[in-house]
Amino acid sequence: MRVLILLIFVVLLKSTSAQTVIRGEVKDQKGRILAGASISIKNSYDGTVSDSTGRFKFTSFEKGSQLLVVSFIGSKSQEIQIDLKGEEIEQVVVLKEEISELKAVVITAGSFEANDKKRGTVLRSLDIATTAGANADISATIQTLPGAQKVGEQEGLFVRGGSAEEARIFIDGSSVNNFFFSSVPGIAQRGRFSPFLFSGTVFSSGGYSALYGQALSSVLALESIDLPEQSEAQAGISPIFLSGGFQQLGKGKKSSYGMSYSFTHLALYQKLVPQAPDFFKAPQFHNIDANFRIKTKRGGMIKAYAYFNAGELALRRPSLDSIGLKNAFSLTNYNVFGNISYRQPLGRGWKLQATGGISYNLDQIGNEVQNQQNQKVPNTGIPAIDFAQFNINQTQRMWQIRSVLEKKLSGINAIRFGGEVWRNTDTVITKFETGKFENKWVDVYTAFFAESDIFLSNEWALRPGLRVERSSILAKTNVAPRVSLSYKVAAQSQMSIDYGIFYQTPERRFIANPNDLGFLRADHYILTYQHLSRDYTFRTQLYYKDYKNLLQTDAAIRQGVSIDGSGYAKGLELFWRDRKTLPGLDYWISYTYLDTKREFQNYPFAVQPPFAATHSGSFVFKKFWVKKMFGVNWSWNWSTGRPYFDPNRPQSEFMRDRTIPFHSHNFSLNWLPKIGKANSVVVVGINNVFNQNQIFSYNFSSRVRGNDGRLISEAVIPPAPRSFFIGLFLSWGVDRTQENINNNL
Amino acid sequence: MKKYIFSWALLLIVHVATSQNNDRYMGAMGASLQQFATAKSQTEMNELAARFQRIGEAEKTQWLPYYYAAMIKAQMAMGNAKQADALAAEADALIAKAAAIEDNAELDCVRNMATTARMLVDPMNRWQQYGPIAAGFLQDAMKKDPTNPRPYMLQAASLINTPEQFGGGCKTAKPLAEKAIQLYESFKSPSSLHPNWGKETVIGIVQQCK
Repeated sequence: MRVLILLIFVVLLKSTSAQTVIRGEVKDQKGRILAGASISIKNSYDGTVSDSTGRFKFTSFEKGSQLLVVSFIGSKSQEIQIDLKGEEIEQVVVLKEEISELKAVVITAGSFEANDKKRGTVLRSLDIATTAGANADISATIQTLPGAQKVGEQEGLFVRGGSAEEARIFIDGSSVNNFFFSSVPGIAQRGRFSPFLFSGTVFSSGGYSALYGQALSSVLALESIDLPEQSEAQAGISPIFLSGGFQQLGKGKKSSYGMSYSFTHLALYQKLVPQAPDFFKAPQFHNIDANFRIKTKRGGMIKAYAYFNAGELALRRPSLDSIGLKNAFSLTNYNVFGNISYRQPLGRGWKLQATGGISYNLDQIGNEVQNQQNQKVPNTGIPAIDFAQFNINQTQRMWQIRSVLEKKLSGINAIRFGGEVWRNTDTVITKFETGKFENKWVDVYTAFFAESDIFLSNEWALRPGLRVERSSILAKTNVAPRVSLSYKVAAQSQMSIDYGIFYQTPERRFIANPNDLGFLRADHYILTYQHLSRDYTFRTQLYYKDYKNLLQTDAAIRQGVSIDGSGYAKGLELFWRDRKTLPGLDYWISYTYLDTKREFQNYPFAVQPPFAATHSGSFVFKKFWVKKMFGVNWSWNWSTGRPYFDPNRPQSEFMRDRTIPFHSHNFSLNWLPKIGKANSVVVVGINNVFNQNQIFSYNFSSRVRGNDGRLISEAVIPPAPRSFFIGLFLSWGVDRTQENINNNL
Repeated sequence: MKKYIFSWALLLIVHVATSQNNDRYMGAMGASLQQFATAKSQTEMNELAARFQRIGEAEKTQWLPYYYAAMIKAQMAMGNAKQADALAAEADALIAKAAAIEDNAELDCVRNMATTARMLVDPMNRWQQYGPIAAGFLQDAMKKDPTNPRPYMLQAASLINTPEQFGGGCKTAKPLAEKAIQLYESFKSPSSLHPNWGKETVIGIVQQCK
């Protein structure tokens, strides 16, 4: 036994006596030194960290055959067999890079991503609320980004020479048919939804992912927030509206529900700020929305949202077609939107995203010609006047379902595929003095899509995608391939090339006749360079958009509707945002150069359309003083003149004229005082501070000529040169964290 | 008899080996912890974290080495906004290794620190996302071990740096700091290697808020 013990000590002593020096160098595949890599002998304490020159040296008391483990963040760790026998070991280690989400190139597919969770955020809800001139309207803020035109007389996103119909907006994957309040001639309407419903916005001005379709130009995808941070009650007071609502966060922060109601009435505002049109019924709306959200097991989420709006307005303007008469327009609108989305990780890298939505929109439009006493004039026998007396009842109904499956492959590679079905039913009943016309369209749009993120290295990524779409009303099927190749130039800089074919069904009202219509089509080619860091964003894009098929209506031939129209758009866009250089000051500058021509609708030949300006841009400044909880915002939106058609000119000079350049300087301030127990926000805003003359276009009479023999015209201008906003928003938060602290004390 | 001697010997070997191992563990941890108290430069901290990690990898049943390695990474993340995301990810990976051995309130505290570091990269914009997660970890810690002062210390430290408008400042931080001091007085570390830090911070807060 003694012998044994002795033996043991001998063994122990021996083990401490022999030591081996291990030295070497750690590099990556490109031969760059790796400083701070960890080197160790497996299952022992021995080891070290490589120094600033990538070299390392340490001594080990272990002996025999051992594993040298070398690891470095962002690289695959490596185990090397070594033999420790007292002789110095020199070992050069080359680590392979690991493809990781943090380091890899970001696949942007031509879009501006503004997701709170991802890097390179560009626009957040707060940005939308604090952009001067936008009045917390999502689309108005999007107009300050490059690619989107500043069109003042009509709502919608006009992107890269595209019309408003070519942009589509999605909420949690559901297409939103009536994102904007219903059209009023000559006055752009706001978006219906508050920016605070959303945590992320992806604005794609082209080359967007195969997961989306039915948009020739652009997609704006909005992602609603998951759960509110805390329960709260809210109220808003302004001369324009009153609102109230609440959000209740469930116990354990697993679910929430909420409701809000608002009533908007512009009568008081229109008294204070005189409007050019005679609003004989001031715009007024009732708005109710409700939501329910619940977290499911394993990080899933179910969200339901319902929206209802009822509104009406009426206005009259002098008629251009007869001296002394007026044109009276009235609109009553009911809108319903409902959406349920379900997101669930299914295990083994699978994830399901399912959405179902319904929407309903009813516009009751009345138009009549009135005399100086505001009474309807009887039939005159003059077509231009009699055809201005009509009633339209149009209904849009839609339901849709969609599901997307995602599977994470090795590393950060992924594949996504799925399908969607939309069913649209439109009814339009038009009543003239002479008769009643009723039309109904039903279209079932079905699409299947798949795309894959393939990371060849941290520098190179490829996203091929394919979309197959079918429209029942056209009875046609298309195949739309898309591909995006991204390359990381430097740590925060990358380039990408995007290509894709984009289809969309023609506006349904033109599909009435069973002509041989097909899908409209545009092909996109986009080159992007961007630099994204925490404080700076720089992006520039060069693109070419080839409109292969556009809707053409031939005025001369009845039912002469075809998809033989075509056109192009090409341009250069710049965006720069800086949140750092000057303390507390955040600003962005965007510039858009657009060269576009199209032959569509009833155009006699290809021309620059009225919704496209050659040059346009925005300067947006925001300064916030944290200590005083006070901020001021300024924006300047400008564009060169847009085309309009003067019917006094011959047809060969169609769209020859240009409006004066557009300029709008806007100011807003926000102050966040604590009023009693409420967190409050006071917002004051003035649009077109300098009272600059804004002309969006011209309307021409079809028959009345002036003394010079020319058809008379009227400029399309904003209802008032300046617009103002003042509002107070209060929220009473029931902070659960605070409650918990107190419970624990 | 021979069999007995053999098994005794075996036992002895095992005992000597484990106590030697244990001594080696205690010794290495003790030395590293001493160095931790004085380490200042990023290089030193990095080396120290690597050493703790090596001890963890070799021991396999001790959560403390991973805990310290993670804490160093979380601390480094707090002071280095540029690399905070990467460092916090390293800390999280180390916490996961420690938690696989034993999950406890101390680990929740480090989870909180790593999350806070991520938030501090861009507080204005990241607060919404990371604020509730960081606070949640402290709630978890308080539930797992109501006698542990560190979650209260971390909460007090976070509140003292939050503007009053957002529910921070002395008003909310001081009672938590006082509660933490109480707990520090009764808190007993299971061993000299176990965490026993943070008291100075809360004393500082109480003094600052006098």
